[in-house]
Amino acid sequence: MDALLTEWPTITLAFWMTVKLAAVSAIGSLVLGTALTAMRVAPLATLRGAAGTYVTVARNTPLTLVLLFTGLGVGANLGVELSADIATNNFWLATIGLTAYTSAFVCEALRSGINTVPVGQAEAARSLGLGFVKTLALITLPQAFRAVIAPLGSILIALTKNTTIALVVGVSEASVRMREMIETYGDQVLQIFFGFALGFVVLCLPTGLLFGWLSRRLAVAR
Amino acid sequence: MSYANLYEVPGPRGVRRNRVLGAVIALALLGVAYVVYVRFDDKGQWAAEKWTPLLRADVWTTFILPGLAGTLLAAVAGVVLAGLFGLVFAAARLSEHRWVRVPAGAVVEFFRAVPLLLLIFFAFFGSYVLIGGNVSAFAAVVFGLTVYNGSVIAEIIRAGVLSLPRGQSEAAYAVGMRKSQVMRLVLLPQALRAMLPAVVSQFVVLLKDSALGLIVGYDELVDRGLNGIAANFSNVIPAAILIAAIFIVINLSLDRLAHWLNDRRSAGAR
Repeated sequence: MDALLTEWPTITLAFWMTVKLAAVSAIGSLVLGTALTAMRVAPLATLRGAAGTYVTVARNTPLTLVLLFTGLGVGANLGVELSADIATNNFWLATIGLTAYTSAFVCEALRSGINTVPVGQAEAARSLGLGFVKTLALITLPQAFRAVIAPLGSILIALTKNTTIALVVGVSEASVRMREMIETYGDQVLQIFFGFALGFVVLCLPTGLLFGWLSRRLAVAR
Repeated sequence: MSYANLYEVPGPRGVRRNRVLGAVIALALLGVAYVVYVRFDDKGQWAAEKWTPLLRADVWTTFILPGLAGTLLAAVAGVVLAGLFGLVFAAARLSEHRWVRVPAGAVVEFFRAVPLLLLIFFAFFGSYVLIGGNVSAFAAVVFGLTVYNGSVIAEIIRAGVLSLPRGQSEAAYAVGMRKSQVMRLVLLPQALRAMLPAVVSQFVVLLKDSALGLIVGYDELVDRGLNGIAANFSNVIPAAILIAAIFIVINLSLDRLAHWLNDRRSAGAR
């Protein structure tokens, strides 16, 4: 236990980075995922095709590769600089990679949510004279969101766990700290592992419970 | 799947408007592509010497094929062991004995909640303290893939068993089967069949996750591509694109398999 207690401040700092990565990427993925969903159900074949291709590519590429691509490819080779500070720059590159990957899953969840909305809803909206954008934004998407709150919670939990892979971009979050601590305190591997594992349980368990409660509370009564 | 109910079937004017809008959007997408192209050009990413190595036979035989073999080896070992792990723990969680059910549930929930990378680190760096010897990177990766994906598969199979009509187990007991026989001969086969598409989808996740091996130095496709090819020809971006393409092709084939299994199953049920 000594290692966990003496290193408590650095551990909380590392987990704070995990939380920041997850929170920023979650907001980004929600926005991009919603936009992709709207594109995938749009009347224009170009939009549907573009969004469909994007989702297929992002969903089937390993996240490790996506993050290496943003870190080495976009960051180092294309010279995209988002901040003069290296640590901040790496943070934003990791966020872009996580968002690019997670938004594909948000899009898939939302699209299945749209399938749960009865046809009559959109038909009624159209008969009132609403066009595609208004039907989607005012009638279909709000109900779709309420139907997929539990899956979105699962995606958020997966995203929180996936932030550990930001290590390949050089963001010092929980997994980096765990590896460093194992090297320093080689005799306490078990305690260190269970300590960090507990940290993730503490982050993910309330998320799961909250989203489960929200999904029951906000479910559309039909 | 069509979402035609979200908008009216366009009339002559709508068709014209959609054509114009479609052209504008196609132009905008081309514009984005052009910006990317220029950026690549500025940094010399279109240089032939960055792309042609990907076509050379020796690059394939020294980097890509051995890397692919490493990825597939870890994935196949992971699939087999995770499948076994899933079967055992699904059966254990459905046990009538509390002392079997509760620990099995705790194990499954724990492994599902911990990031896979931490599990791999635990096996890789912790093995010396735990078992007194170092394990290979391969063993650490397969351990992580097995316990994480095995736990997810256990939950999938358990959901499958719970979704079966109660008459199945009642009938099995009525003809005099023992508990283990009911599970082994009646419930698990049906649950597996019903859940096979979901299990195959989980195998796609497992295959993608095997790329984490690179972090502990396991010799797999992403590692050979980005640390092997790119180190020799300084072509990170072309190498990453090729490797992503290989993963996408494999995963789409698995996806197709899951769909085919699903279609075959629903055809059989009719």
